[in-house]
Amino acid sequence: MHKLSTIKTTASSRDQTRADLLFRGFTALCAIGLILIVVGIFIELLMNSWPAIKKFGLSFLVSQKWNPVPGIEEFGALSSIFGTLATTAIAMLIATPMSLVIAIFLVELAPPRMAGIVGGAIELLAAVPSIIYGMWGLFVFAPFMQDHIQPFLGEVIGGPLFEGPPMGIGILTAGIILALMILPFITAVARDVFLMIPNVVKEASHGMGATTWEVTYKVVWPYCIHGIVGALFLGLGRAIGETMAITFVIGNDHSISASVFSAGTSIASTLANEFTEASEPIYLSALFELGLVLFGLTVVFQIVAQLWLRRLRKSTGGRA
Amino acid sequence: MKPRSNWTRRSINFMVMAVSTLSSFIGIAVLVWVLYEIIYRGIGAFNWDFFTKLPTPPGVEGGGLANAILGTVVITALATLIGVPIGLFAGVFLAEFGLRSKLSGPVRFVSNILMGTPSIIIGVFVYAMLVVTVRHFSGYAGAVALAIIMIPLVARTTEDMLNLVPDTLRESALALGVPRWKTTLDIVFKAAKKGLLTGSLLAVARVSGETAPLLFTALNSPYWPGWLNKPTGNLTVTIYNYAMSPYTDWQQMAWGASLLITLGVLFLTLCARFLLQEKK
Repeated sequence: MHKLSTIKTTASSRDQTRADLLFRGFTALCAIGLILIVVGIFIELLMNSWPAIKKFGLSFLVSQKWNPVPGIEEFGALSSIFGTLATTAIAMLIATPMSLVIAIFLVELAPPRMAGIVGGAIELLAAVPSIIYGMWGLFVFAPFMQDHIQPFLGEVIGGPLFEGPPMGIGILTAGIILALMILPFITAVARDVFLMIPNVVKEASHGMGATTWEVTYKVVWPYCIHGIVGALFLGLGRAIGETMAITFVIGNDHSISASVFSAGTSIASTLANEFTEASEPIYLSALFELGLVLFGLTVVFQIVAQLWLRRLRKSTGGRA
Repeated sequence: MKPRSNWTRRSINFMVMAVSTLSSFIGIAVLVWVLYEIIYRGIGAFNWDFFTKLPTPPGVEGGGLANAILGTVVITALATLIGVPIGLFAGVFLAEFGLRSKLSGPVRFVSNILMGTPSIIIGVFVYAMLVVTVRHFSGYAGAVALAIIMIPLVARTTEDMLNLVPDTLRESALALGVPRWKTTLDIVFKAAKKGLLTGSLLAVARVSGETAPLLFTALNSPYWPGWLNKPTGNLTVTIYNYAMSPYTDWQQMAWGASLLITLGVLFLTLCARFLLQEKK
């Protein structure tokens, strides 16, 4: 009797080892699935853009021509790349100071109950889909830009940067909408970074007679700078590939102009607009190559951001 | 350095604080403005027909977006069925077996890359994989695209949530002779249940408002979704098409759809938040 039960346990424990191995293998398979997807994206983009890469070579990246007429097609990504970088730059210029200021307001100034409500609202706004910002941009904000902001900027500042008729849509409008979209996101992350500082440190500085601004600038800021830069990288990564918020208001024009009032296009909005219309294989291939460029840009940003965060984790010696 | 007088320090402080408060209010006011317009313009489109009827051509009264509402629900549900299990078990691998595996570093790295990949690129990828090969757009392709977006999100939250479960719990289960797989599924999952549900809900909320990955996969359609093997109507692409059209009644529909999708996403996000708070 005793012997029998021993045999039984060993048999079942062997089964159990097998089941454990199977379970482990299954989870590993799911994890490998992630790697396969990313490698798959790269390979599909590369394969499909190969005809365009072969035909246009490096000139694709520096040419401004975008002519899909069959027979005399010529494709260059420069206008799309320019639009992507210009709108992202405008968005970061606006969103960076604003989100930091709002985060400081929430952590240092606002009464706790208000900070809770406003902070919660901002986190909810980060969840609003981008097409909603696009709708609002097209129907509400673009007319507002046309009637108020653009004429004002044109008259008061002027110069080549703010030149041309106020059309409402264009690079500047797209950049502002993009800023609004990433604002809640960066604010939420920046607030969490600010909150990581031990209260004792702040209390000690206040106890020495420092003003709130001095505490923020000289004590909190040096503590947080790495985390903030990480938050900005994340926001930048969002802005650079954002599609729907921009497509509505950028104007979708393959030209490069110094004025931020003029219509332009970004890689993502070119894809959104022209992908289903591309009839010729070489046209489609050029669009795939645009996708490859965008994928490459985001991967580079991701790698830089991750290296940065890893260094941060090492320097703070813990999770950040 | 000459020490600043108290008065200067105080006035600098006051100015910075004033600017900071003011810009906070501007930023928050603009965000409220966005929400206000969506509600104000969207609520007018809501009526019985909007939720029950098929779309009509521009100018014809009484159409609705019932097919697009159903399409979005079905595509999102299918995406959840594909994306959540894969993401969940990938997260299990990272949290439970990742410590001693050479695979976990690359998987984490790639998962971050995928999280940062623009959704339109995922649309283009699925187009090349599933649309070109079968030569037509389909709801399936849309669901796969959304699932791909969900996988890294779910994997990340699963890993974080499982890491919160104390190791002593695992050790005591293993010491009782419970096999590893059972420990994970019955004991660790139970301890992390709310966190896992929150992560999945947030991922669903995130993809249910996505437009770009559906543009070249599910496309859009004025008919009922059927078996998803054809272009499938959905709310977000409908918003895009209708908003870009010159017809005011279609634009009105687009506002209604915008409000509906916003309410849906916010509801899911609030549910997730509520769940997480209950835990504490």
